[in-house]
Amino acid sequence: MSRLPLFTIVVLLIGIGLGTGYWRHITTGMPLSPRDEQIVWLVEAGIEFDAQNQPVSVSLELPKSLPGFNLVNEQAASPGYGFSVVDNGNNRRGVWTKNIADGEQTLFYQAYFVPDDSGTQDDSELASSVPFQNLFLDASLQIAADQIIIDAQSRSSSAQSFSRELLKILLADDLDQNAALLLTSESLENLLVPLIHQAGYSARLSEGLLLEDARRRLRLEPWLEVYDGEWQFFDPKTGRQGLPENVLLWKRGGVSFLDVEGGSDSQMSFSMIRQSTSAVSAARAQSGDAGLDLFSISQLPIEEQSMFKLLLLLPLGALVVVLVRILVGVRTAGTFMPVLIAVSFLQTSLLPGLISFVVVVAAGLLMRGYLSKLNMLLVARIATLVVIVVFMIALFSVVGAKLGLKTGMTVTFFPMIILAWTIERMSILWEEEGAKEVMIQGIGSLAVAVCAYLLMSNSLMAHLSFNFPEMHLVTLAIILLTGQYTGYRLSEFRRFRFWEKKSLDVH
Amino acid sequence: MFISPFELKRAGIMGMNQRNLDFIGRYNDRTRYPLVDNKLKTKILSEQHGVNVPKLIAVVEKQHEIANVVESLTKLSRFAIKPSKGSGGKGIWVISGKTENGFVKTSGQEVSLSDLERHLSNILAGLYSLSGVPDVAVIESLIEFDDLFDGLSYEGVPDIRLIVFQGFPVMAMLRCATKESDGKANLHQGAIGIGLDIATGKSLRAMQHGQPIKAHPDTGANLLGIDIPDWRNFLLLAANCHEMTGLGYIGVDLVLDKNQGPLLLELNARPGLAIQIANQAGLIPRLRYIESLDEQHRPPSERVDMSIEKFGAV
Repeated sequence: MSRLPLFTIVVLLIGIGLGTGYWRHITTGMPLSPRDEQIVWLVEAGIEFDAQNQPVSVSLELPKSLPGFNLVNEQAASPGYGFSVVDNGNNRRGVWTKNIADGEQTLFYQAYFVPDDSGTQDDSELASSVPFQNLFLDASLQIAADQIIIDAQSRSSSAQSFSRELLKILLADDLDQNAALLLTSESLENLLVPLIHQAGYSARLSEGLLLEDARRRLRLEPWLEVYDGEWQFFDPKTGRQGLPENVLLWKRGGVSFLDVEGGSDSQMSFSMIRQSTSAVSAARAQSGDAGLDLFSISQLPIEEQSMFKLLLLLPLGALVVVLVRILVGVRTAGTFMPVLIAVSFLQTSLLPGLISFVVVVAAGLLMRGYLSKLNMLLVARIATLVVIVVFMIALFSVVGAKLGLKTGMTVTFFPMIILAWTIERMSILWEEEGAKEVMIQGIGSLAVAVCAYLLMSNSLMAHLSFNFPEMHLVTLAIILLTGQYTGYRLSEFRRFRFWEKKSLDVH
Repeated sequence: MFISPFELKRAGIMGMNQRNLDFIGRYNDRTRYPLVDNKLKTKILSEQHGVNVPKLIAVVEKQHEIANVVESLTKLSRFAIKPSKGSGGKGIWVISGKTENGFVKTSGQEVSLSDLERHLSNILAGLYSLSGVPDVAVIESLIEFDDLFDGLSYEGVPDIRLIVFQGFPVMAMLRCATKESDGKANLHQGAIGIGLDIATGKSLRAMQHGQPIKAHPDTGANLLGIDIPDWRNFLLLAANCHEMTGLGYIGVDLVLDKNQGPLLLELNARPGLAIQIANQAGLIPRLRYIESLDEQHRPPSERVDMSIEKFGAV
């Protein structure tokens, strides 16, 4: 019987697993190690308004093209409201709707932003055509505006330099007459764009958020954008050119920011928090449209993702069982039961999990001792154990909560049926092979469970198995290969330890 | 504390992985496992092939039959109850006597009729079967032990385990229960394994817990003077099991009945490795020798002769 086909499959599996994993690492930038940390900003926009007992529709401008940032994930928390995101090409709007609302209303929009230098700047959007017109009905104001424009133009050669000069004139400590006159009639922000337009350049007023960790009740601040081959940014308060790294341009151009229909006194504020999580979630969302996303679990809803996170760890547990049983020869109660116990440990964490497992099984064995005195059919007896186990767990949880321990609660993560079967089998084992065998298999099972737990809870393993599920082809290859091992188990070196000695003794 | 892998290899000892992959996996057809895993099927098959087995008294298949069967058993005093799909001696009760309202097991333990009913009910529910599937209980007559075996076993039955590979008996041992093994013939629980010369049926050495022993720890009987009578018939019976089951690598468990001679107790498609310890001989050289033979079919008697010649102790 040739083993060549199997080895070919093994090599293929390893090749495909590592190959696609590496390719995805290259193409999507998904980091291979969870340690490549990146900053993530969680920004929350809160909208408050008074509803007037009529249909409500709230429309909020959402960030679309963000110089220096990537929008990673967004969600809206607003009970009772329908929420949808409308993308009409140039901008995106979040729309909340409700049939009837009355009284004070609060809506939230949350989004994660990751700093990104590669820049997905929206330069494709050409500056709108420049309307040339007189800005002011008042002739004296118009003359003042014309004067300032001529003044700035004489000292500049481009849209950028013109804007710089214009801001210099309007922000000077000692304003000249023309500037002073204009500023008495209009605010600075409202003057800038019309003046630049009149000079024949494209400009728009955007609004940005200054990101600072754990700030609340912030408002957007105006930013001037001037088109000069690409958009240039100016701070209208200081005249400084360039966009600081920590400014998030939420709204670009002159669209309306917030429209509330069916409500009044609307207010808007931002709060934010800086998180230093692994780059994982970032890459996850960024890879959104990139090639090999068939493999990517990140397309599933959050709830299913967390389930898959657990499922994708199972192959590692199976691998541990295979290695321990075939190479070492540890005896366990039930072949893959240790894996299930290990999965439970993942949720309870190790020590509380171990303690509650041992306690429940020990208590169950005592109960089972009594049950065996009753004449019962097997299925009914195990069903009885299931019920008893549920009661015991409820009891532990209540007592634990009373004592302020969280341990009690964690027991609920154990698969009850498995627990009941374990108790039943251990009890039979006890009757037939004695307490020693129960201890051997019990300790064996727990040892394997702990090994599997340690591997599955390893952050690198968790990271790889979830973000590179194709790595499990390698796990599969190892399992296939181990399945071909005909050599001795470690335990057999001990089992046959008296070999030579005895055969000499007897004769 | 440990033996080195090189010494294991040199001694030709077969490990668990090699047994599973190179012998059970290669020579035992899965579809034929039920023939040996199910004692009732083995019994029926044996009777068809003229292989002697302990007499079948009753089969219990349904819960509602239990009361009737127990009622009829009260007329008997010597019988054994076995789960048909049990393994490793689990769930076997050997009844050797009667009390006013119950029975006595060979261990001396008294069991009431309701104990017996519960035990039968457990068997039917699958408590002792290989994967917990529902089972049937087989009740058969007890073997009349030959006086030859007096004192060799603490309670219960000394039986002879033979490894039969491709129809060739390759190794044999006598298994004797001890107090420690709770009357069971499982070596890892402390039963004694006595290696038998495959050519003569004479004891070679006795081992308990992997170490040599000369006298039975409970009865004091000498373990090294055994000479099984009619040995060639044991070998023939075992060799026949190959044709009967179509399995290439099996463990055959035989007993010697005072009146009927060698009887087939049960077959095992996954025989353990302890027989190597009892014989202080590795299985691998013998198995490889048989593998090296040409494929031609040989009748059981010829195979037995070849085994005697080739594998006997010098």
